[in-house]
Amino acid sequence: MSALLNLVSILIFPGLLFLLVLGLAGQFVDRKLYARLQNRVGPPWYQPVADVFKLLGKEAVVPEEADRRMFTMAPVFALAAVIAAYLYIPLWNTAPVFSFPGDLVVVLYLLLIPTLTFFLGGWYSRSIFSTLGAVRSITQLFAYEIPLLIALLSPALLANSWSIAGMAAYYGAHPWRWMVNLLGFAVGIVTLLGKLERVPFDAPEAETEIVAGSFTEYSGRYLAFFRLAIDSEAIVSSSLLAAVFLPFGLGLPAWLGVIVYLAKVAGILSILALLRTVFARLRMDQMINFCWRYVAPLAFLQVIIDLVVKEFV
Amino acid sequence: MADSDRVVTVPIGPQHPALKEPESFMVDLRGEKIDAVRMRFGYNHRGIEKGCEQRSYTQDLYLVERVCGICSYSHSTAFVQAVEEIAGLELPRRARYIRTLIAELERIHSHLLWLGVAGHEIGFDTLLMYTWRDREQVMILLARLTGNRVNYGMNTLGGVRRDIAPEMLPEILKVVDSLEERTKSYIELAQTEQTLIQRLSHVGKLSKEDALRLGTVGPTARASGVDRDVRRDDPYAAYSDVSFKVVTADQCDVYGRTVVRLGELMETYSIIRQIVKNMPDGPIAIKAPRRIPEGEAVSRYEAPRGEDVHYVRGNGSEKPERVKVRAPTLANFSSVSKMLEDGYLADLPIVIAAIDPCFSCTDRMVSLRDGVSKDSRTMTWEEVSRMGIRWHRDRGLDFSGLRIRGGAGA
Repeated sequence: MSALLNLVSILIFPGLLFLLVLGLAGQFVDRKLYARLQNRVGPPWYQPVADVFKLLGKEAVVPEEADRRMFTMAPVFALAAVIAAYLYIPLWNTAPVFSFPGDLVVVLYLLLIPTLTFFLGGWYSRSIFSTLGAVRSITQLFAYEIPLLIALLSPALLANSWSIAGMAAYYGAHPWRWMVNLLGFAVGIVTLLGKLERVPFDAPEAETEIVAGSFTEYSGRYLAFFRLAIDSEAIVSSSLLAAVFLPFGLGLPAWLGVIVYLAKVAGILSILALLRTVFARLRMDQMINFCWRYVAPLAFLQVIIDLVVKEFV
Repeated sequence: MADSDRVVTVPIGPQHPALKEPESFMVDLRGEKIDAVRMRFGYNHRGIEKGCEQRSYTQDLYLVERVCGICSYSHSTAFVQAVEEIAGLELPRRARYIRTLIAELERIHSHLLWLGVAGHEIGFDTLLMYTWRDREQVMILLARLTGNRVNYGMNTLGGVRRDIAPEMLPEILKVVDSLEERTKSYIELAQTEQTLIQRLSHVGKLSKEDALRLGTVGPTARASGVDRDVRRDDPYAAYSDVSFKVVTADQCDVYGRTVVRLGELMETYSIIRQIVKNMPDGPIAIKAPRRIPEGEAVSRYEAPRGEDVHYVRGNGSEKPERVKVRAPTLANFSSVSKMLEDGYLADLPIVIAAIDPCFSCTDRMVSLRDGVSKDSRTMTWEEVSRMGIRWHRDRGLDFSGLRIRGGAGA
């Protein structure tokens, strides 16, 4: 019975199916908001779904030069890693599907895999644009991943628990203490832009320079899987930020909890859409400079704040 | 980053999302830095100059207007001015004013278009959407004034074809007022938005000496401190009647080119206000002869992209003997490789875009023969046609059996 339940939670709720639906809905929110902020009409609500079905129906070309196995496996791995990460994040209560001490680090690790698959997929495409995009992806990773890691670990320091469920329980027991971590939340949002390769940190897929970066050679269902993985990654990482930095409303009844959870994710997605509206794309060197000069010190400042607060409460 | 000693060659073009027209840039990269750029022209040759020699002067006007999709009026006016000079036609004042008005409206839509393209090249799509929305106002106005959005068909030998109705004048001022407001907000944006400044400053450097040596024109030259503008230095149409400032900048980079274009927009609004205020009455055209006498003329015109030069030689018949178009992009193009020196790959699209290139206007057929090479030979049109049919047939494509339904068939 419990094996069956696990299967249901992995494949249907809150796993694969639920996440894909949320991911596509999230893509719609992002695109519509981006369009409205730019004074455009934007797509209808079913456009993300239509795009997926269109891609699934298209011929999937694998370049002759490419390493076939790596090229076709990369999108699947990206999606699988994102779903696995989702199962460890508490959504509208303090209990995720699976949990163990230290799962925060595992979730961060799982969320690293999509970027690695962008690199591998691009690298093994063997096209010059893909290779450049792949190298940029991995270069950018070193700039944002460490500030993100530090920012996410500082609330854990305060909660004295390295499991996301444990942190949620701590902040549930001490309401308003999450306000201490707002700086970390800001760092998280900025680094998330890098993780999701959005403007201003979208140099790895800068259309006017390297066509589509790692995804240049991808088409058909392989591209569809990559796109789904990226959409889901946006939801999963927003949920992670919501769980770690905005841990309120977790003890509510389920229906209200779901609404609060969706509102949090929609809020984070809206901030991301707003940020990509108002900035120009930064060059690789400017991006790395920015992350190390401003974002990383702020993340360390958050650690110090948490250590100080922990000393006095 | 990639191994800094290894050089990789990236083909930007002939087909690439950064380029709106086919043109080839082979970029040698060391990591993200540009080592060398090899540029190639000639994907878009259309034979317009030759076509002009086979048509009458009036027909040529419409052909020349189609040299460029953006500065169509520039080419048409530059051509018609040269012909009028040969024929010794003196234009009525009202025609001169209307030409100036359309020319300046064209400058507005061209500069706003450029601002949007520049935004897109640096990944700032919001700027693209906003400027192109605002540009629509001037496009609609041009359509109302001339009947067309792009190729206006306004010029004719000895004047203009359509009069501007008096009730349109307040409409023009209304659009100018609204666009001036918008342009002010773009100027503020260019002065305050940090990512924009970071991406444009110190990119695509071109010193004043290089700008002069490489013969750059228009905003590209003016942004390097070269104080040149045909409208002031060699006035045509009604430019001697209006007062305006030639905008220059000394940044010598892409940011300077942005500042110059935005400044020029503000000057253009003032020119249009003066033109509308002082619009004289009278005829809009004088009768021009069908046969243009023997003679030659060079006409200069300040297009939005820089100085546009047309050369026309008449031989006393209805058709010109020779027409030569020197589009501003040709003058600016050689400076691009200088600007790209020691730049980043990420800056390549914006540096190319910063000269506001118009490649198909520039493309000419140049054939260099050494007389030894066996690969080059001259073919007649029939030979080319036969070779094309044979080429396709060898690859299994045979259209000789094709019957066109409803038609006479082959």
